[in-house]
Amino acid sequence: MLSWLHVAMPPAPLFFAQLLVGLINGSFYALLSLGLAIIFGLLNIINFAHGAQYMMGAFCAWFLLNWLGIGYWPALIIAPVTVGIVGIVTERLLLRQIAHLDHLYGLLLTFGLALVIQGLFRQKYGSSGLPYTIPDQLQGASNLGFMFLPIYRGWVIVASLVVCLGTWFAIERTRLGAYLRAATENASLVQAFGINVPRMVTLTYGAGVALAALAGVLAAPIYQVSPLMGSNLIIVVFAVVVIGGMGSILGAIISGFALGLIEGLTKVFYPEASNTVIFAIMALVLLVKPAGLFGRAT
Amino acid sequence: MKRRDVWIWTAALIGLALVAPYFLYPVFLMQGLCMALFACAFDLLLGYVGLLSFGHAAFMGSAAYITSHVCKVWGLPPELGILCGVAVAAALGVVFGALAIRRQGIYFAMITLALAQMVAFYALEAPFTGGEDGIQGVPRGHLFGVIDLGHTLTMYYFVLVMFLIGFGIIARTIHSPFGQVIKAIRENEPRAISLGYSVDRYKLMAFVLSAALAGLAGAMKALVFQFAALTDVDWTTSGEVVLMTLVGGVGTSLGPIVGAFIIVAMDNYLAQTGSWVTIIEGIIFIVCVLTFRRGIVGVLAPYIVGARGAPRTAMLSAEQGSASVVTSAPARISEANGGNARRSGDASTKTHK
Repeated sequence: MLSWLHVAMPPAPLFFAQLLVGLINGSFYALLSLGLAIIFGLLNIINFAHGAQYMMGAFCAWFLLNWLGIGYWPALIIAPVTVGIVGIVTERLLLRQIAHLDHLYGLLLTFGLALVIQGLFRQKYGSSGLPYTIPDQLQGASNLGFMFLPIYRGWVIVASLVVCLGTWFAIERTRLGAYLRAATENASLVQAFGINVPRMVTLTYGAGVALAALAGVLAAPIYQVSPLMGSNLIIVVFAVVVIGGMGSILGAIISGFALGLIEGLTKVFYPEASNTVIFAIMALVLLVKPAGLFGRAT
Repeated sequence: MKRRDVWIWTAALIGLALVAPYFLYPVFLMQGLCMALFACAFDLLLGYVGLLSFGHAAFMGSAAYITSHVCKVWGLPPELGILCGVAVAAALGVVFGALAIRRQGIYFAMITLALAQMVAFYALEAPFTGGEDGIQGVPRGHLFGVIDLGHTLTMYYFVLVMFLIGFGIIARTIHSPFGQVIKAIRENEPRAISLGYSVDRYKLMAFVLSAALAGLAGAMKALVFQFAALTDVDWTTSGEVVLMTLVGGVGTSLGPIVGAFIIVAMDNYLAQTGSWVTIIEGIIFIVCVLTFRRGIVGVLAPYIVGARGAPRTAMLSAEQGSASVVTSAPARISEANGGNARRSGDASTKTHK
């Protein structure tokens, strides 16, 4: 992605450039693992379709631009809402049917869903990527003194941080969030207090899916929009989730950014391992603290 | 089913397998047998220990690569190639198993998936695996220096024998005291612990056995097709073996075989249609999970062998431990009971239909 930097620039900027790449990846890890953690908290399923929904978000932005002429900024709202609604329908039609079964069935069902979504998009658009241009306002780069920061990349990091912290605030500090946390602990008791838990479950799934779609829109100008853009990413995010432990929202955010950074640093110091370093860290964490860094013991 | 009936059925099925290559395309049959062994090995974990591994392609694929390398580059005979492949798969199984059994349920699936992805990246980048090309032109060689595996029929019977050995090992394991213990772990892990069983050790042994047999399937597959490729270690292959087992019937001895042949036949039939294979596999996944959780053999077996000998309804693990990340230990046990109650509820709705 930034391979021209290797050739053109001396080591210090390379270092910062890889750090930046790491932060960008970390932004996506954080957004995606946050969505997974929210869904897991209430539905107790691992949403295997998360990568496919992230891809749908990117495609939704691309459709809006190329079919309807709607640009990046409206797409930031429209795409997550659209994909979130698709998620809500999915929950109502499919996931609810198996809510009473072993949670592994949820994993299998969403895996099937991911195969179908990715297959359909690949059938229509092939495996190669579609370009999505950076919006005018975020074109160019700014000189920070020690490196050039492409403005769009800076925006992605800021946007991801804001969304992550906003979600954290909504869950930990608002009344709605309190209901959500209570239902995570004991759904039937919360329902006995007169709160519509099934509707909350549906909306929570929709919100988690919308987060994935938002990540997809943010990713569209950086990575190309392609049907398989989420399929390998989601496995890395699974590893991030295992490392962080799924009990904590803040844990998901912190471990997402931290692991992105570590991955970036590995690219500088030992590039051969950059693809596998997160999995190696996962193995290490499992040995030392099986519940995950922020997780509560099982 | 009476013991005599078992023997009759076994003899009939083996007889069928012996004449099959004269009616069906032998390479298809060999592919089916390899995937069937792979699925049986996988089901040993899912159906009998209740552990869903989403990374079994790592064992099959690594064995395929090692066998290919040993036979092609080192020029060793096929039996040694297979031995090396199985040994590496088993060693990998020890490492992955030791890590993965530290968590349960959903986490177990995610960990195995992530570890397998590591193997996939390694296969893409390692010097000996040939990257995107894989290892091609693997010689089948002469078995024990005498039997020429170059002949398709000879190869077929060799694959059949290896499949029967692998299947025999699994069947023997399931019906041994060891098999009783792992089933007890599936049914109620806290109780197995309280009875004094070292649950982790049993889980690890089952995991390694499953990995080694998956490796055997991969080694055979490499010799049949004479190449090892990235698809062998890809997560889609891990997903495919889950699908085969689910379609055939989780926890039934013949289910994975039936499922494997169905999925392999479908893959071959739809091979020219691009992504439709993926789409249809996804749809089958969804349909199976929603309405057909016992699988083909799970549904048919009671009619064939009579209700008395019917295998236990195949469901995933009874443990609801996966849900217990956020709950305390006592809550977990009550939850497991709740899970059982719900499961029997599910079974009754099924009979209602």
